[in-house]
Amino acid sequence: MHLLYQIFVDPFVQMGTAPDLLAQTLWEGLVSGVLYALIALGFVLIFKASGVFNFAQGIMVVFAALTLVGLYQAMTRLGVVNPTIGAYLALAGTVVVMFLLAVGVERLVLRPLVNQPDIVLFMATFGLTYFLIGFGEYVFGGDPQVMIADQLHLPRGRIDVHVFGGVVQMQKIDITAAVIASVLVAALAVFFQKTRIGRALRAVADSHRAALSVGISLETIWVIVWFAAGIVALATGIMWGARSDVSFALEIIALKALPVLILGGLTSIPGAIVGGLIIGLSEKIGELYWGPLLGSGIESWLAYVIALVFLLFRPQGLFGERIIERV
Amino acid sequence: MLYREVGQFKTSYTSDQAIFPILQDRLGIVAIVIAAYLIGLTGGDFLLNAVLIPFLIFSLAAIGLNLLTGYTGLLSLGTGAFMGVGAYACYKLTTYFPNVNILLWVVVSGFFASIVGALFGLPSLRIKGFYLAVATLAAQFFLEWCFIRIPWLFNYNESGAIEVPQREIFGIIVTGPRASAQTRYLVVLTIVAALTWLASNLVHGRIGRMWMAVRDMDIAAELMGIRLLPTKLLAFAVSSYVCGVAGALLVFLWYGGAESTVFDINQSFQILFMVIIGGLGSIIGSYFGAAVIYMMPIVLRAVPGWFGLPLQPATVEHLTFMVVGALIIVFLIAEPHGLARLWQIAKQKLRVWPFPY
Amino acid sequence: MRAPGGPEIAVGDVLLSVENVSLSFGGVKAISGVSFDIRKGEIRAIIGPNGAGKTSMLNVINGFYHPQQGRITFKGKTRPHMQPYEAARGGIARTFQNVALFRGMTVLDNIMAGRSLKMHTNIFWQLLRFGPALREEVAHRVRVEEIIDFLRIQDIRRTPVGRLPYGLQKRVELGRALAMEPDLLLLDEPMAGMNLEEKEDMSRFILDVNDHYGTTIALIEHDMGVVMDLSDRVVVLDYGIKIADGTPDEIKRDPAVIDAYLGVAH
Repeated sequence: MHLLYQIFVDPFVQMGTAPDLLAQTLWEGLVSGVLYALIALGFVLIFKASGVFNFAQGIMVVFAALTLVGLYQAMTRLGVVNPTIGAYLALAGTVVVMFLLAVGVERLVLRPLVNQPDIVLFMATFGLTYFLIGFGEYVFGGDPQVMIADQLHLPRGRIDVHVFGGVVQMQKIDITAAVIASVLVAALAVFFQKTRIGRALRAVADSHRAALSVGISLETIWVIVWFAAGIVALATGIMWGARSDVSFALEIIALKALPVLILGGLTSIPGAIVGGLIIGLSEKIGELYWGPLLGSGIESWLAYVIALVFLLFRPQGLFGERIIERV
Repeated sequence: MLYREVGQFKTSYTSDQAIFPILQDRLGIVAIVIAAYLIGLTGGDFLLNAVLIPFLIFSLAAIGLNLLTGYTGLLSLGTGAFMGVGAYACYKLTTYFPNVNILLWVVVSGFFASIVGALFGLPSLRIKGFYLAVATLAAQFFLEWCFIRIPWLFNYNESGAIEVPQREIFGIIVTGPRASAQTRYLVVLTIVAALTWLASNLVHGRIGRMWMAVRDMDIAAELMGIRLLPTKLLAFAVSSYVCGVAGALLVFLWYGGAESTVFDINQSFQILFMVIIGGLGSIIGSYFGAAVIYMMPIVLRAVPGWFGLPLQPATVEHLTFMVVGALIIVFLIAEPHGLARLWQIAKQKLRVWPFPY
Repeated sequence: MRAPGGPEIAVGDVLLSVENVSLSFGGVKAISGVSFDIRKGEIRAIIGPNGAGKTSMLNVINGFYHPQQGRITFKGKTRPHMQPYEAARGGIARTFQNVALFRGMTVLDNIMAGRSLKMHTNIFWQLLRFGPALREEVAHRVRVEEIIDFLRIQDIRRTPVGRLPYGLQKRVELGRALAMEPDLLLLDEPMAGMNLEEKEDMSRFILDVNDHYGTTIALIEHDMGVVMDLSDRVVVLDYGIKIADGTPDEIKRDPAVIDAYLGVAH
């Protein structure tokens, strides 16, 4: 009886008595949701256009962020004194690196594996993940780095919003992240729906062979979409890095994008966003109000369990299309 | 010349259905087993402790995962956690019943992993491929959390870790800090060899064929009367059993103590990579894969040193990641059936040698 | 040749009846209100233009799709929602339009897998591969070898099926279905993509199966010559509706069938 009370009544009483804490938690949930959504977005891009479930997307986020910081440090060492110029040069350099990565992945991983079963491509991205971790740590060192947020002139500080007789603190960087995420999503939606390349991308996702037969070049398409995913990864990496350190420890958090995808459906951009927000919110709320019951730390698995339950009832996700099996 | 099957006529289906129909293969296996035991009696502590014991244990874990992923086609990223269940179960059992033979508990602890594995295998009826992989991640992170947050599992130790107590069998110390490397090696070898033999029997019979049928074409298997859920759950249960025993061996006969981090997601990946490189759907490949992945850092550390170019430990670690990652991709592209397939090709060539065909 | 538990059905009696079956996917009707029956011992052809719902019909019969309406009675038992494994257990076997063999397994293992339902030793004997398990394995191997002899594929028994040419794969698939010793064998375009010689071989096997084992066969095929020669009775579907049902001779003369295949002359 007491347990039932603790599960079903007490958390809501707490929410009611301290609405400002609830609001703060909701905001934090939304923010981490936006970051999950951004990683998931990279997954969806690649999945939509190549049918590859890119496990390495989370690592690409860290890799992009590390490259940015690493290049900036190299600039400073080379004598670029002005931090702003250095930072933006490093940013441009990182974009180039992400492009090279896209070309490299296409040449060395995807092209030799065309028409292989999905699961083989999936496992190949495990290999890519490990390679990028090793390579990144070899080049940039294994120590956590500080994101060059100031040099990039990202907004700092916080806004205090007074609600419910309390204060909700909002970091400006988080608001920026949300804005950037919305812009990215809008741009991608337009790209997919309205442009010729966007339509070609969707055709490739349906069938590699069919796309080839109508004269769409798989190579180009794949490079484009991996590059686009790389840019999304870079944006995510900057936002994330500005909130905490940049290191491969983020890998575990990046894996959270997987349940987000399951929730949203693998092919849906709006799904990635909604899924990200749901996971972000339920994690923070769950941890704060129900966590103490179980001994805290439930953040580490709650997202996966939500996804698991979801899989049992709606395997295609919120926005995914139902697949009819044929014989 | 020595590897010929000329003159070995099979006169019954019994001999043709044998797992090693060729005499030389059977002799080879016997020779390897005898050699393995002889090494145990004569080998040095470093060889046994740092090389052979972990190699055997990881091979066993790889066999476990291979039953699930290689034979039944169900990708799991929760291997580490299932190994953990075995280890923690064994720890609880031996602390509650200290007088019972520890080897019995090692073997029994696998059943706990088996139950947990089957439980997390339930979603496999409706989902497959990467969806299932994500579902197994749920197992990985949830169980890892349990290993940290449920102090009952590690008997409320201050350190939050399992400390393996000393246990004896017939007066010989088998576990704990005072157990000799030789004893532990011989115990591990016996258990690993026995489970390998059982697993090999299983995959060569009806159950193995059902698993492979589900892997290759689940719809056709279903229309042939193979029920998918029980078949997949059995694969999860057997696979997790083997992994669980491997986990118990890992802690009790190698590490001598362990925290939850031993069973984290990197362990899961490590085992998966052994399976991919060794060969999906091959028992012997699991041994090859374990050898490559486990030995890689040891070799990377040692070999440059011989040429006067010693590497930093951190560099070795980074290089290992890169080489393993690259190897995965190379194998998936060039030889999806892994080292096991290369081994098979080599044997085939030997059979017809000196002619190319 | 009989699955256990079913009532005795004499040759010529109705083995399976399909009554008023309708099936749709979302808004698309694949089959609407189709009824026909299959009698024990006959070769029954299901024909029709592309997209007529033939394969969907087979999928309904062996429980892979569940029709929204209508019922299926097999060996006198009506089941509203038969599962595929229940159909298999009841004695329905099947080959597929696009070969659905277990590509990673050898020919022998594929056909042995067809006998999974008939093998019963438990996992503990299986683990030991000794005593009952080994005896069972060998006993079933003997039956499988009979099928291998019957289909004349002795020399490829150790070959992984993925490496075989298409025509042989179709033959192995027939072998795998035969290993189930079915009462009703559903063949989905067994001769698609074969040359004349292969078609002749396959026709011979189908007739032999029907003769030798007394297996009832339902067959989808596009080659009209083959259909007319092999089958005892033919049912014609068009856009999911049954438009004709009768002996090959009746079908040949049926104006509705001619219209469906050639288009109506206006």
